[in-house]
Amino acid sequence: MSEEATYALPQSDPESAPYWEGIQQGELRLQLCTACQRHIFYPRSLCPHCHSDRLAWVSASGRGTIYSYTIVHRAFGPFAAEAPFIIAIVELEEGVRLMTRLIDAPRERVRIGAAVQVSFEQVSGRPPLPFFRLLE
Amino acid sequence: MSRVSAPRSPRAAIVGVAESDLGYTPNKTVLQLQAQAARAALEDAGFSFDEVDALFCAGNWSWSPTLTLAEYLGLRPRYSDSTNIGGSSFEAHIEHAVAAIEAGLIEVALIVYGSTQRSDRSRGRVSPTYRLTEQFEGPFGLPTPVGAYALAAMRHMHQFGTTSEQLAEVAVATRKWATLNEKAMMRDPITIEDVLTSRWIAEPLHLLDCCLVTDGGGAVVLASAQRARQARKPPVWVLGHGEAHTHATIANMPDLAVHQAAIASGQAAFAMAGLRPEEIDVVEIYDSFTITVIMTLEALGFCPLGEGGAFVSGQRTAPGGPFPMNTNGGGLSYCHPGMYGIFLLIEATRQLRGECGPRQVPGARLALAHGTGGVLSSAATVLLGKD
Repeated sequence: MSEEATYALPQSDPESAPYWEGIQQGELRLQLCTACQRHIFYPRSLCPHCHSDRLAWVSASGRGTIYSYTIVHRAFGPFAAEAPFIIAIVELEEGVRLMTRLIDAPRERVRIGAAVQVSFEQVSGRPPLPFFRLLE
Repeated sequence: MSRVSAPRSPRAAIVGVAESDLGYTPNKTVLQLQAQAARAALEDAGFSFDEVDALFCAGNWSWSPTLTLAEYLGLRPRYSDSTNIGGSSFEAHIEHAVAAIEAGLIEVALIVYGSTQRSDRSRGRVSPTYRLTEQFEGPFGLPTPVGAYALAAMRHMHQFGTTSEQLAEVAVATRKWATLNEKAMMRDPITIEDVLTSRWIAEPLHLLDCCLVTDGGGAVVLASAQRARQARKPPVWVLGHGEAHTHATIANMPDLAVHQAAIASGQAAFAMAGLRPEEIDVVEIYDSFTITVIMTLEALGFCPLGEGGAFVSGQRTAPGGPFPMNTNGGGLSYCHPGMYGIFLLIEATRQLRGECGPRQVPGARLALAHGTGGVLSSAATVLLGKD
């Protein structure tokens, strides 16, 4: 297994820049389709539901529930040294799902349906990412 | 949406199949493996390279694998397709090739795959940067594809009560088939306990819930009905086919407990063939992970949604059981060079020809080959039958 010396970084682009700027400022941003009133994630230039291009950036509550999760024991590259860690797909209150990592989550308390809150964390010296913490 | 069409006489048949060397092939390039498989499949068909007028392949070893492979093989195809939707690509190639035959564009298609991923040690490399849609998942460190299938398995367990023991049933039964296949890499019998005590990769998946990482290649020759009659062996007819994909990133899978792409591809294939799941004698289902099989059996209608775990319990899919499945030993125990779909077609064809020796399913007349690609992203189903 080849070990990369450094972490790969997400490459911001014209569509995603407002999202990553929000993360830097401690705000989780989503797009809202003003035509069909649905939130969407990840950022796009058209709504995947109704295909309107009337999309507005909004601030998300940052709260949601665990939709599914896995405890990763064998990871690749620089992530190998961080294992085990818990990856989750979180369903936000706004109705969209995103991938994240749970921070400070005792595994016996991690279950599908558990309430979680976004937490912008710098792990291993990387720029901040939207991790999540258990709420209760 | 499933296509509505009456069953009709088949327009195309598989006439040749072959593997290359499998397992660990450090002294062969990805082109050598494919040339070896292509030549053997054409010999199996009794056809020459000069009779091939269409080339299909999928792979990430070249920016245009059909251009590179055709030049290497000395082919000048007049029809070319390098559709890559992951491990199901080759079942999709069957659909595309049948369509091209029906349109009168081609008569003989060569479908080829090869990979040296084991020798290259290329599995699990981390991208240098996360671009486009990867930027929202990559930075969290999920190992793919296994982590994505683990997320699906966890959701399936939550929603339907599926257990680790039920997942293990698939691995154990598949290993029993591998003991009957001299080409299989892993031939020592295993128990449910062995699976459950193998190390965690990504919970709830253990090491023995995961497919192998091997080198290898395979090839399939598909011919028009007229040309198929001139082949060396009896034709294996394509009775139905379907394909679909629903997402590329696991967070965007519509329902992590339901393989919706396979529902669509299966319905299309069964409707076209005018067949029902219970009529199939032998099934070859992509087993990247044990959960893949359970979700696919449900999606194809072999059992109701949520009952896949119960369906595979009691070693029902093992040799001698009522539901012969993955009779070559599957991606779990026979070989898995990155994209396994071509091997499903090869084994289904051999079963219908009666060429499988100790693992032969007696009297098999109808077979299903079903590929799943990406992170439960794509599906393609092919139904095969003999005269």
